[in-house]
This record gives sequence, structure tokens and C-alpha cells, in this order.
Amino acid sequence: MSKFKYLIDGIVKNNPTFVLVLGMCPTLATTTSAVNGMGMGLATMAVLLCSNMVISLLAPVIPNKVRIPCYIVVIAAFVTVVQLVMQAYTPGLYETLGIFIPLIVVNCIVLGRAEAFANKHSVLESALDGLGIGIGFTLALTCIGLVREVLGNLSAFENKFSSSDGMLVFVLAPGAFLVLGYLMVLFNKLKDRKKKA
Amino acid sequence: MAIKSSLRNMVLVLTLVCLGASAAVAVIYSVTKDPIAAAATAKTNKAIEEVVPAFDNNPSEEVLNIAADLQKPDETNKVYVAKKGGEVVGYAVESTTKKGFGGPFTIMVGFTPDGTVYNTSVLSHSETPGLGAKITDKSSHFITQWNGKNLTDGSVNLSVKKDGGDIDAITASTISSRAFCDAMEIAANVFSNITSENK
Amino acid sequence: MEYLIIIISAVFVNNVVLSQFLGICPFLGVSKKVSTAFGMSLALVLVMGLATLVTYLIQNYVLINTWFGEKMDITFMQTIVFILVIAALVQMVEIILKKINPTLYQALGIFLPLITTNCAVLGASILVVTKEFSAKGVESHMMNLGESVVYSMSLAIGFGIAIILFAGMREQLELSNVPKALKGTPIALITAGLLALAFMGFQGIV
Repeated sequence: MSKFKYLIDGIVKNNPTFVLVLGMCPTLATTTSAVNGMGMGLATMAVLLCSNMVISLLAPVIPNKVRIPCYIVVIAAFVTVVQLVMQAYTPGLYETLGIFIPLIVVNCIVLGRAEAFANKHSVLESALDGLGIGIGFTLALTCIGLVREVLGNLSAFENKFSSSDGMLVFVLAPGAFLVLGYLMVLFNKLKDRKKKA
Repeated sequence: MAIKSSLRNMVLVLTLVCLGASAAVAVIYSVTKDPIAAAATAKTNKAIEEVVPAFDNNPSEEVLNIAADLQKPDETNKVYVAKKGGEVVGYAVESTTKKGFGGPFTIMVGFTPDGTVYNTSVLSHSETPGLGAKITDKSSHFITQWNGKNLTDGSVNLSVKKDGGDIDAITASTISSRAFCDAMEIAANVFSNITSENK
Repeated sequence: MEYLIIIISAVFVNNVVLSQFLGICPFLGVSKKVSTAFGMSLALVLVMGLATLVTYLIQNYVLINTWFGEKMDITFMQTIVFILVIAALVQMVEIILKKINPTLYQALGIFLPLITTNCAVLGASILVVTKEFSAKGVESHMMNLGESVVYSMSLAIGFGIAIILFAGMREQLELSNVPKALKGTPIALITAGLLALAFMGFQGIV
């Protein structure tokens, strides 16, 4: 049960997008639709899970001063693996996400979890943490993507429910900032209400 | 927790980690190399199926390399020949325009042997989502208006109405629409060059 | 003329933060004061210019080259190689700056470690070697070394302009009475959204 807590923490209490405000670039750039957001979230989750596990294994043998470069190499290797696998099996998504797949390397969430969690916890705990944070990130991205898609394109998960044009601005760059901003307000409000109750 | 750093163990560990990482990536690369190539071929084949009438040969094996501009014979476009029962039923011409809004984009244009457009399909693009990216919407008027038009007998003026042509542009995406017309024109030129050379 | 188009396109039209979404973390993180925003931008111009110079050469002379009499294309190693080079480069700049110009180091030093994980640096390095440059009036083409370096330094300048404008607005926001749920990041994001809307006005100028 206590181990299970790490998983839940990543989704709600340490939600990478709404609470920690980390990894903003992919959050804003790839959420033009729910499917794209989810794809990015899952790709990041795969990297996070693998890198957390490997880093928690390697941490005891890595000298302190070179730990960051070592983590970066491990993360970059997994990112490349994810990149190649996506290119082979989901070429459509690979093309849409484009440059943001290699940029998972510099996503602060991944390096942040390696430094703050994985190097002082066991493999199992690190895996659960990676999974939890990954799910939290995926949920947040899907949610933002869904809102932007519904408002901007009048469709949900690529099913168009109206033939007219949506409010285009939500699919374009400014909409990303606005939707994330207002979703955060909503998240804060809900958290506040829970605290009071 | 972590061991004490000395020059020797730092160099050693960093080297080992790098070696391990590169080896792992190299293995995955060799494993995914064929599926990646297969995915690319599958995409081309799907686009060919969409743009020409039903065929029974393998057009990916019958590729002609034809120049759009006979003055520049080095810049060739790929032309996939679709045949049914040995008879040519259509040509799928790959055409890239450099005039797109977000960069170059590539389309596949299917012609029946008399030069009429059968269908078109976008292979890759980087146009703005919601605006220029509408070129990928297969049921939109902008895409369907091409079908059935003969581009080789001079009956169609290949530019948007704003520029005095016959093509309805996508609303608020004139640049993408112009680029699409440019790609169609390249494809039409390639098509006329096949008929004079290889028919 | 061509360089001018590249600069305008990188600074305004394809603004790195507001239209390409690179470097959002420092954009939100170090934009509380105009002075720190300015320091960060200067450091970024320096690092992005250098990083692109080095990674461009690596891409074209190491990753794609003839090794052992065989033509090789190992661009799949791009991500690993580029990030390592950038990390090492930033460290080196830090050490050299400390030795030769302590005053400048005082001003920029604290920003340098943060730059390694600024995705604008890696993003720009990958973009210039994989994507063609296109703008109105210029045929799209792969950029050469000079153009690449100018392009990514201009991207960094675009980052600077955006973050300094943004920091100015945030300094004002500090003084105003914002509803509780909007305090902090949410109001910053909404402000950034309006700024991005303003930058959209530049679309179509080149």
C-alpha cells in the first residue's frame, strides 16, 4: 500500500503540469488535439519509466560529480529508442510530434525525477514514480488537447461533431497559453474547495 | 549513496555509460531499420491506391523518373505506373512544392492516361494546423474540385481565383492554396513529359 | 538581403517562445524581473550561436561522412551526440568566462547551468540541420553554416525580446490585485497568450 502511494502522488499531488509546472514546451506545443497530446504523454511516460529504473540501478556506482552527464546520456538513449520505435510503428504520430520527440531529452520532468527521486529510491519505487508522473503528464496533455480540439476544431478525438469551423485561435499558439492558464485556474479552484471542505 | 569522485572512476563510468547507451541505440536502430523502411513504403502504396483507379500490378516496382522541366533534366519526380491486366490505368506523380507557408510539402497526384486528375493525396506537409493544414482534408471542396479536371489540354488555369485562375482557394490560406496549385502544375508538367517520352 | 529575411523571420515571425514553443521553462521561470531576463537572454545568444556552430559541423562532417572507406549516415545518434556536446560546451563557456572575464561571469554565470536544459538550444540545433528554411520571396533550402548560426542567434534574440517584454508586464502584475485562483503561473500564462496573439500580427511580413 505504501508503495502504491508513489503512483498516486505522481498523478495528483505532484502532477507535473498543474502542480510542478514542468515540461511546458511539449505541453503547449503538441496539444493541438487530444490524440497528439496523448501520444506525446505516452512517449514521455515510456522514457520516464525506463530512465527512472535504469538510473536507480546505476546510481550507486556513479561518482557524484559526473552524475548529471550520465543521467543525460541514459535519457537521450531511451529517447532515441522511443523515436526509432515510433518512426517504425506509428509514423503518422511521429511526423506530427516532429522535433518534440528528441526534445524529451531536455524535458525538465525526466531529468528532474532522476535527480530528485530515482537516485535515492529502489527500482520498484522509481518505476512506480515514473509511471505515476507519466500518467499525470499524459492525463494533463490529453485534457488540454481535448479542450483545444473541441473549441478550435469542433471535434473530439478526431471525430468532428459539427461541420462548421471552430474558434481557430485555440489550435494556434496563443490558444495553448490561454487554455493551460484557465485549466490551471480551475485546478487551483478545485484544490482550494477540497481544502476548505 | 554515491561513491566519491576521482578522475579515474569519473572517466571510467562516463565512458562505460556512453558505450552502453550507444550500443543499445545501435541495436534498436538495426532492429527498427526494416520496419521504418516498410512504413515509408506502406505510406507511398496507400497514397498510390487512393489516387489512381484500381490496379493489379505493384506500382512501387514500376517507377519512372521524369523531369518536370526538360531544361533541368537532373531534377526528376517519381512517377508510379498503375496497370490492370497489363494495360496502364493511371499514373501517380509525386510532386513537391517549395512555396508552402510552413516549408515545402509533397503531394501525390493521380492521372488517368488522358491527363484527367483522378484524385490527390498529401504525403507530407508542415502547414499551420487549422489553416493551411486543410489541404489534408480529403472531403473539402478545395481537394475535390481537382478531381475530373484535365490539366494537360489547357482548359484549366492553374492558379487561385484571386490571381485570375480557376481554382477556389481555402479561406484564409491563400499561400497554402497557391503552393498546392504550384505542386499540381509541376505534376501536370511531369505528366506531359511522360507521354512524350515513355508511352 | 537574404540574411535580413532570416533574421526577421527568426526574431518575429517564428518567434522561438511564442510561436514555436521552445524554451518555455526559462520564459516562465526567469521572467520575474527585467534585469534577470536580460542576463538570461544575453547568455542564451552566446550559447545558441556557439552550439549551432559546433553541432552543424558535427552533423555534416561527423555523423554524415565517409568512415573507414564506407559512406555512413549515423544521424540516428543525433540526439545523444548533440545534447552531450551542448552540455560540455556550456560547462566550457562557464569555465573560460570565469577565467578571462570575471565581471561578465558575475552577470551571466548563474544562468549558464540552466541553459543546458533549455530546449531552445537543442531544438534550434536540430531544426537548422533537419528542416529547410522557408520564407516569402526565398526558395526554401537547407541553410549553410553562416545562415544556421545567424538563424539560431536570431532565435535567441527573439527569445530575449519576448522575455523582456513579458518580464516588464509581470513586474506590473505584481502590483495589481489578481483574484486568488489566478495568482502566479495562471495569470502569467494568460498574459503570455495575449503576447503570443500580438506576435501573430507579424505572420506574413516575410
